[in-house]
Amino acid sequence: MAGLTPTTSTGTSATLSGSAFDPLRKRLLFPAWFVIGFFLVLPVLLMLVYSFLTKEFRGGVVWEFSTASYDQFFFDRGLFGDEPAKIEWTYITIFWRSIVQALIATVICLLIGFPTAYFIATRPDSTRNLWLFLVTVPYWVNLLIRTVSMKFLIRDNGPMNEWLMMVGLIDSPIHLINTNIAVQLGLFYSYLPFMVLPVYASVERFNFSLAEAAADLYASRWTTLRRVILPAVKPGIIAGCILVFVPSLGAFLAPDLLGGAKNFMIGSLIEEQFKGSAGNWPFGAACSMILLSMVLLVLMVYARSQARAGAQ
Amino acid sequence: MKFRQTLISSVMAVSLGLGVSTAHAEGSLSIYHWFEYIPQELLDKFAKENDVEVTMDTFDSNESMLATLKAGKLGSYDVAVPGDYMVEIMAGEGMLDSFESSELSNFGNIEDQWVDVGFDKGRKHSIPYQWGSTSFMVNRDVYKDDIRTTDIIFNPPTELEGKINVLDSQGEVLALASLHLGISQCSQDRDELKALNALLQEAKPKWASFNSDGAKDVLVSGDAAVGMIWNGFGAKAREEGANVEYSYPKEGYVVWMDNVVLLKDAPNRENALKFMDFLLEPENIAAVTNFARYTAGVKGVGDMLDADLKASPEANPPADAPAGTFVAVCDEETQKFYDQIWTNLKK
Amino acid sequence: MAQASAGIKKYPGFLAVTLVCLLVLYLPLIVVMVYSFNDSASITRWGGFSFRWYHEVFHSAENAKFKEATWNSITIALMAAIAATVIATAAAIGMIRSGQWRGKASSFALINLPLMVPEIVTAVATLIFFSAIGFTTGYLTILIAHCVFCIPFAYLPIAARLQGVETIYEQAAMDLYATRWQTFTKVLLPLLAPGIISGFLLAFIISLDDFIITNFVKGAGVETLPTAIFGAVKQGIKPNIMAISTLMLMVSVCFVTVSYLVGRLGQK
Repeated sequence: MAGLTPTTSTGTSATLSGSAFDPLRKRLLFPAWFVIGFFLVLPVLLMLVYSFLTKEFRGGVVWEFSTASYDQFFFDRGLFGDEPAKIEWTYITIFWRSIVQALIATVICLLIGFPTAYFIATRPDSTRNLWLFLVTVPYWVNLLIRTVSMKFLIRDNGPMNEWLMMVGLIDSPIHLINTNIAVQLGLFYSYLPFMVLPVYASVERFNFSLAEAAADLYASRWTTLRRVILPAVKPGIIAGCILVFVPSLGAFLAPDLLGGAKNFMIGSLIEEQFKGSAGNWPFGAACSMILLSMVLLVLMVYARSQARAGAQ
Repeated sequence: MKFRQTLISSVMAVSLGLGVSTAHAEGSLSIYHWFEYIPQELLDKFAKENDVEVTMDTFDSNESMLATLKAGKLGSYDVAVPGDYMVEIMAGEGMLDSFESSELSNFGNIEDQWVDVGFDKGRKHSIPYQWGSTSFMVNRDVYKDDIRTTDIIFNPPTELEGKINVLDSQGEVLALASLHLGISQCSQDRDELKALNALLQEAKPKWASFNSDGAKDVLVSGDAAVGMIWNGFGAKAREEGANVEYSYPKEGYVVWMDNVVLLKDAPNRENALKFMDFLLEPENIAAVTNFARYTAGVKGVGDMLDADLKASPEANPPADAPAGTFVAVCDEETQKFYDQIWTNLKK
Repeated sequence: MAQASAGIKKYPGFLAVTLVCLLVLYLPLIVVMVYSFNDSASITRWGGFSFRWYHEVFHSAENAKFKEATWNSITIALMAAIAATVIATAAAIGMIRSGQWRGKASSFALINLPLMVPEIVTAVATLIFFSAIGFTTGYLTILIAHCVFCIPFAYLPIAARLQGVETIYEQAAMDLYATRWQTFTKVLLPLLAPGIISGFLLAFIISLDDFIITNFVKGAGVETLPTAIFGAVKQGIKPNIMAISTLMLMVSVCFVTVSYLVGRLGQK
């Protein structure tokens, strides 16, 4: 947490003309509090209210209390709405699929991102910044453009298949577009830098004399990695995992452009309620609420573990 | 003082932004239109002739247009271009403004058969734009057998499974499925509704995607071998080099007419009427037809059309093809079942 | 010892993974860049080198639409980034130079809330908010939404910089009877400058990048470059889109280079 432990290093005569730490400076936070409170916290509360409103026939909302959105999410009452309620698996499946996709994306980002971050962090000072620069450049390129580029590259008649067939590695195009693998590729591509940067930061801070000590005690290279380095850089890894997992969970562009209709994820489901033909705002608000609760839960568990680690 | 300058300039910038957003109000026209349907040059021509600023947003299905307008965008646009059944729905919802035929100097140019139409008796809210059919196209490199059956979409042969793109358009998909089953639209018979639901649920795993705005591209790029598509959009796919053939299935197909409607609370009613009048000029509507490859509903366009358009296989059903069917408007109670079937399909 | 530690640090295969990683990151971008110079209209066949799609970007009938979208994108990003940077600078000083107080952790969480809430949820909530208060969506709603989610992106580099600035400088200035305002403008602001610049650049690029939130809160006839490109891409990836993408890519690379150089200056 930034700013929780200010370093009071100086100034015994400080009180004369005001201190460098002035409680009144809190007032400088008011604009930020106001903007975020009014334009984000309030809207989220309003979204909660909307999720309990009634959908008007043919779109629009009526200000009447209803739990129909949550009912639609969890229960199936048959085509005519008169059958006994069964568990509705569709939306739960979409959420589950999104969670699994986001988890896989996180693991892949970790498997590729950790060695990359480690490799960069252990470069000599002269080249380290250049490597870091190379990894971060794509992150600055518009996400939409990156996703479109990926789509162009991997489509059935795209350059990748064309080259592979030209070289003779494959006879018919590898079908990737509109599959889960394509979505995976898109998520990985979108969020990899979020993994590399925090891991890099913690590996860079790692004191390698510890690794030397392990080596002196005849630990093998991989044992050293597993028992000494990994525990020390764990905070960076966890931060990286959260930074990849959370946006992957609500991703829209990768599933929409690379996944087609069958690989619906939460993001597309919500978008459909507002921008698509479904026109069901209360249901979209309910899905958003459920997604938000899941993310906040993950973040709370993370904050807890951080607090516990800090206490130790 | 740098900070103060930054502060002042940012305040100025914000107020400038406010200015930018309100400066458009005079002499403008805001259109809500189907995607890839009207040539930009025609909009530019209208803008120049009438000295108005034209902005256009696009939609990809009648239903999403309706949902967007109902969700608070009514009052932002002057005109929209809904299909036949959607004109009737919007009129029923009170979303359309009406005009007198005397307000349009070119009203008499409307072809006789399109003046007194069921969805807008006497043309109080709308003028004809383009009409055409909705069916599907098949890539003839992939599949060589008979394609004049809706089985291609709803009960596809194995070699086409997983290569089918379906329009993300509730009205047309459900109408085509009803034709496939031979049941009437807006049927209230529970067994028929269950059969319709079951048909779509069984067909869905064999489809690759729901895509309207990409319907042409998936055929041209080869991402799909079968694509449900509008005839003119399909003609463009063929002209762009795909070896695709448009089908007029023996079970029937959907016909439609898109119309320019005057929206309620239009911010620029005058310009909206000017635009409608503009689109009733044979020369202008012919430009749309040449661009979109459908058929206009205005007299005197014939000579201005591209020669190959008249002979295009998409615009000329074979002699033995059945007549096309318009999408029907159901009452609220029945429509809720159809909405549920569509939700079941999309989820 | 340096020799020995270099050996310890090395893991076989990590270089290979890094190279694979860079390949995956760059291959799609390079392919799009290369094909944007393709003369052929069929986008996957190579038909020789040409600038025709770049010519088309600036001269086709549709270019007015993209030009306006670009202008919207840049002005929105500029204003949102300036506003967010001002708010974030104040907030950073308010957080880091105010000592200890109750609720400070909550305040930190609030400032970073836009980072924690998934983008699609922010988009939905903002749309519902504007719709509920009857505010017509348009240019202004995009600007407000962008300003909100840019605040934490501007805040983090500024706060990080401020934490590295020791209080002795401000102390010394105040001991010499500088007013608070003078202390801020003459002492703290120059020291903070690298953080403020990188915060501003980050906010600017994040605003330019945004698609999801803009797509929800944009109004009739108002597009930003990402929403305009998305609309075009839905109908198929055309060569002129690749040319636009390449141009945007160049702008991004220029930006990251500038911020990299600024960052290095700041370290010195």
